[in-house]
Amino acid sequence: MPDLGKYADTVLAAYCLSILCLLALVGLSLWQGRKMKQALARAEVAAQAGSEA
Amino acid sequence: MSLWEYANPKRFMGLSGRVLPVVTILAATSLFVGLIWGFFFTPDDYKQGATVKIIYLHVPAALMAINAWMMMLVASLVWLVRRHPVSALAAKAAGPVGLTFTVIALVTGAIWGQPMWGTWWAWDPRLTSFLILTLFYFGYLAMWQAVENSDTAADLTSVLCLVGSVFALLSRYAVNFWNQGLHQGASLSMDKEEHVADVFYLPLLLCIFGFVLLFLALVLLRTRTEIRARRLSVLMAQERVRNA
Repeated sequence: MPDLGKYADTVLAAYCLSILCLLALVGLSLWQGRKMKQALARAEVAAQAGSEA
Repeated sequence: MSLWEYANPKRFMGLSGRVLPVVTILAATSLFVGLIWGFFFTPDDYKQGATVKIIYLHVPAALMAINAWMMMLVASLVWLVRRHPVSALAAKAAGPVGLTFTVIALVTGAIWGQPMWGTWWAWDPRLTSFLILTLFYFGYLAMWQAVENSDTAADLTSVLCLVGSVFALLSRYAVNFWNQGLHQGASLSMDKEEHVADVFYLPLLLCIFGFVLLFLALVLLRTRTEIRARRLSVLMAQERVRNA
């Protein structure tokens, strides 16, 4: 850990908040993507079954 | 092969599926190396002390917040002129990414400003135009949620994007023609006299590269999600017609 001196709180707060925001954005994007992929796969199977019936 | 062929959702999905893993790995590597380099292996600034390390987050985030809006502007113009649905969905996908970068730039700027300027916030031209840009981001996302018809939403958000681009440009160039603000000029410029010191320059460049790639990776990922969402709504509409 580098010696951040009297600005340790300032620098660490900036890094923690930014990394948290980035991780939240990446996590949310991945979660939404996965959820939509599964929903579409289910709908395509249902549509296939509907058109064959 | 023309660029317009990638406006075909199927072709876009094929290409983006191949490109996305590469861009993601490159983004993660450059961000990891750049931030570790900047945080652990660069010295303190003679004036700012250790707070100079915030530059590796603040500058790339602010740069990409403005560039994200400009990308949305281009995509919106393509939608308005050529009516390619992928361009409207790409603009929509970039919104939350740009907003996150904008929030990071505002928060890190405020955290840095408190010890350096003695205030969290100043009604400086660059800061104020950047804040207005943030509000435009919120408005842009709210409009996509509020309008039910996706083509109408794309039209309205495209117009909003055109108006907001004034503030995106202003937040970049306000510092050049409004000499009454607290905010300093560009950290990176073609004029070597204006550059940050060389010791901070390379890790900063790597972090900017990482943010650009992260933006690209997230926009590709989110555009793929939007394309799937549109396909899902078509299937659901067909299902409703069949059941009627």
